[in-house]
Formats: sequence, C-alpha cells, structure tokens
Amino acid sequence: MREYAYLNEYVSLQLDSGKCTGCGLCQQVCPHAVLRVEDGKARIDARERCMECGACAKNCAFDALKVEAGVGCASAIIYGWLTGKEASCDCSGGC
Amino acid sequence: MAEPASSQQKCSCGPAESETAKPADNPATSSCCPPRTDSTREDSISSCCSPPTSAVEGSGTPGCCETTTESSCCTEDDTAIRHSWERPGHRLWHFVCGFLPTPVGEVPQVSTRLTTLDHIGRWQMRWGIGRDRYRVAPGLYAVGNPDADSDVLVSANYKLSFDALRRELQGHDLWLLVLETHGINVWCAAGKGTFGTEEIIRRVRETGLDRVVSHRRLIVPQLGAPGVAGHEVRRDCGFKVIYGPVRASDLPAFLDAGYQAGEEMRRVRFSTGDRLILTPVELTGLGRPTLYALLAVLILGGIGPSIFSFNALVHRGGGALLVFIAGLLAGAVITPILLPWLPWRPFAAKGALVGSIIALLTLLIFGRDLGTADGFALLLALPAIASWYAMNFTGSSTFTSPSGVEKEMRRSIPLQAAALLIAAGSWLWAAF
Ligand code: SF4
Ligand code: SF4
Repeated sequence: MREYAYLNEYVSLQLDSGKCTGCGLCQQVCPHAVLRVEDGKARIDARERCMECGACAKNCAFDALKVEAGVGCASAIIYGWLTGKEASCDCSGGC
Repeated sequence: MAEPASSQQKCSCGPAESETAKPADNPATSSCCPPRTDSTREDSISSCCSPPTSAVEGSGTPGCCETTTESSCCTEDDTAIRHSWERPGHRLWHFVCGFLPTPVGEVPQVSTRLTTLDHIGRWQMRWGIGRDRYRVAPGLYAVGNPDADSDVLVSANYKLSFDALRRELQGHDLWLLVLETHGINVWCAAGKGTFGTEEIIRRVRETGLDRVVSHRRLIVPQLGAPGVAGHEVRRDCGFKVIYGPVRASDLPAFLDAGYQAGEEMRRVRFSTGDRLILTPVELTGLGRPTLYALLAVLILGGIGPSIFSFNALVHRGGGALLVFIAGLLAGAVITPILLPWLPWRPFAAKGALVGSIIALLTLLIFGRDLGTADGFALLLALPAIASWYAMNFTGSSTFTSPSGVEKEMRRSIPLQAAALLIAAGSWLWAAF
C-alpha cells in the first residue's frame, strides 16, 4: 500500500507530553498511525498523515491531545464559507 | 461475495420474505421498523418487530440462523411460530430470521447471509438512488444464539454498514447494538457526533443491555472513535469501550485474538478499489450546480456575430460542453483513480496536471480544427475544471485534513477562477 500524506504543515494536532500517561489509547484509535507510544509517552510519529479526525483527542482521558477536528472535504468548507456556519458534510454516501 | 443462491437462504422466515421480495420497496418506508421516538418502554428495545411473546416459548430457536442445519424455527410446519411474528401494520425485514427470548423481551436474530435484496440495495446506494433512507431500526439484535457472556458489537444503522458487519459474523454468537445514526455510516456519523458517546449511553440504557449481558464490554468500530469518548461511556453507563478493527472483515480475527488488533487492522486504507467505488457516488453527488454550469456553457456557445444562432449553439456550445465533461471526468474520475501516483499533495494540483495532459492531447489531435483563441481557451479551461473537481474529491478521501483542504482551496480557487474567466473570454472572442 502506498502511504498517503497531505498538507502537513497546517495540521493542528498538539501533544502535551506532560499530561500524557502513556495509556496507548490514542495510538489504538488513530486510523493513520500518526501517534506512537514509546517509553511510556505518546509521540507524534507522522504528522503529515494526520487528517484531524479528532479520535485521539476525544479518547485521551488525560487531556493531553488537542486537535481542531473537522471534515476534510472541499464542499463542506465551501458550505461553511457561504453560510458562515461550521463546515459539515451531509455525506450520506461514501465519504 | 455475491451468492446468487443465497436469496433462497434457509432462514427465510416465511411471510416476511414474500412480503419484502420487492426490490423497489423502500426499506425505510416499509417500516417493519419505524424510526423510534425516545420511548423508554423497555420492551420496545429491539424494535417494533418483536412478536407477541407467548407463542415462541420453548423455541430458543437453536441454530435458527445457521446455514448448515435445517433450522427448527423456519420449517414449514412451524407456521404457528411464523405467524406469531406478524403484527398488524408491521413488516419484518428479510434479514430477521427469528427471535430470541431475553430478560428484556424478544430480540430479533439476524441472518449472516446477504440476499439478493441486500445486493440490490447496495447497488442502488452506490448510484445515489434513495441514498438518504437506507437505515435499519436502532436497538439490540442477535447473531446466532448469544448468551449473557457473548460480546456486544456496536454499529451504525446505515444498512450497508449493518450488512457489512453481519456478513462477517457467520458462526459467531454475538449481540449487535445498533445506534441511531440516521442512516449514515460509522465514520461520517462519528465525525458529526451522531455516532457518539451520548447515543451509546442512551441506547445501552434503552435496550436494558445490562440485564441482557453479565459482562460490561462494548466493541466499538475504531472508525467510531472520533465521536466516542471511551472513558465517558464507562463513567456514565459502566460499559468499557473496546475499539475493534477498522474493517468488519477483520472482526473474527480480532475476536479470536482476544480483542487484539494488529497495526494493519488499525489503519485506514484507500485502495484503488476503494477509490473506484467512490467515483459513482462522486459523479451522482455533483448534482445541480454542475447541470446548471453545463447548460450555461451550451447557451453561451450560441452567442456570436449573429447575436445568437442555434447552429453555433450546437457547434461551439457542444464543443465547449465536451471540454467541460472532459475536465469533469479528468477531475472526478481519472484523478481519484491515479491519486497515489500523481505528484504533489494538493488535490487541485493533481487534477490540474491530469487536465493539462488531456488538454494537450486534445490539442495534438484536434488542434488544427480549432482556432488559436479556441485552442488557448481549451488549454486553460480543461485543467481549471479538472482541478476544481479533483479538489472536491477531498471529501471522499480518507486522509485529508480540514485545515489542509482549506489552505489548498484558498490558494487554488482564485487560480481556477482566473483561468476559467480568461478561457471564457478568449472563447467568446473567437466567435466573432
Ligand atoms: S491517549 Fe493521551 S494519555 Fe494515553 S498515550 Fe495518548 S496522549 Fe498519552
Ligand atoms: S486527529 Fe485523527 S488522524 Fe490525527 S492523530 Fe488524531 S486520531 Fe490520528
């Protein structure tokens, strides 16, 4: 399988190592293996693969992760721009 | 996966099968399982389909859903039981093959085989026919003959997710807790939060799950994680969330390994096959704006020295229409398929590249018949259109981040617009 990577320099993922207990849940839920727990601490291993889905931050019981989660979808963002609302896609199909 | 003979599955519980055997039937409106309100009646849990209770006594319906043995609940002479499933005003889904008595009432047992009806339904969904309504009733379902120790799998009530899940569970005895995600798949619903902490807690309470099972584990698909905070579920309803693999097909291995998922099971893939499947969704999802744009191009083509001519509309408008469609296909079909092999990360750039190549090829072949201005317009317009539609594919991809997409759009939309305007100007000028 080819690795996909996207526009990495903009990704909002932040890790506060001080709060991390190394529980490993973030590594488990991340669909792109962005995070890796080593020596009792999580580490951002491949920032460029992060799609800001928010799974890691949502499941970190210790509040060590922050990410501005949302949908990486052009039409949702256009919708957001036009209506001033938060971007959201009504992807009833495949997305 | 298709098993043509499977429409004749053993467990085709009588009356239900014949009634639902109309593919055109909209499953959602056929309301065997009407969308439920927040009723807290405990026997409403596992859907509307539950039968009058008494008649099924004794029939723990062993092996009802097994495909290997002639099952007791579905044989011809068991008419009394079959009829007991009928209720005025309700219709059974074809995949319900029995009912399991539990401390909270009858729980429908679902078959692990997909029938022709399921395949037709999936095909319709791919092409956007009735996409918004393909849902099953939320609540508790049984696969095989689960007991108080059996695992509970959580799923969305999007019929395709539900089908993909039950298909993989042949030979297992499990509970399925189906959440109300309004017919949207797990990942999307998790992004919106409908597949989320609160809905899990509500559904656990409403079904009385703590009386059905003695353990306190829920197996939630990993792709549901963006909406589910495991620690909050545990705090509020006592159930521990265990994240299962990304793909339903890995579930049996995951369960056998004692809830261990290898790294590969935790990664989202985006294979050529995945992308191919998405292109019809992409095309049918383009909708009205694209139709209007096509129409506008056609009509603009009629403008010329004689103000408006039908002949010009057909020739120039038709030509421009072809350019538009070529750009659309380049952006919405070819780019997605070639995605990993195209250089650069922004989708808009990938699309522009594909569009440019096609534009150049077109010029090489038809260049002599086109004037300079028309050729120039083609060279600008096709990549711009392809770039726009490629950018829209970000919504279908599995790895683009919102902040990245927004940056990409802020950069490329002005370029696309400028290219299109210049192209349109040149094209209209060429008419005179
Ligand atoms: S989930 Fe939070 S605490 Fe656990 S390893 Fe990840 S960052 Fe650390
Ligand atoms: S936001 Fe999603 S993709 Fe990014 S690190 Fe967290 S879980 Fe992984």
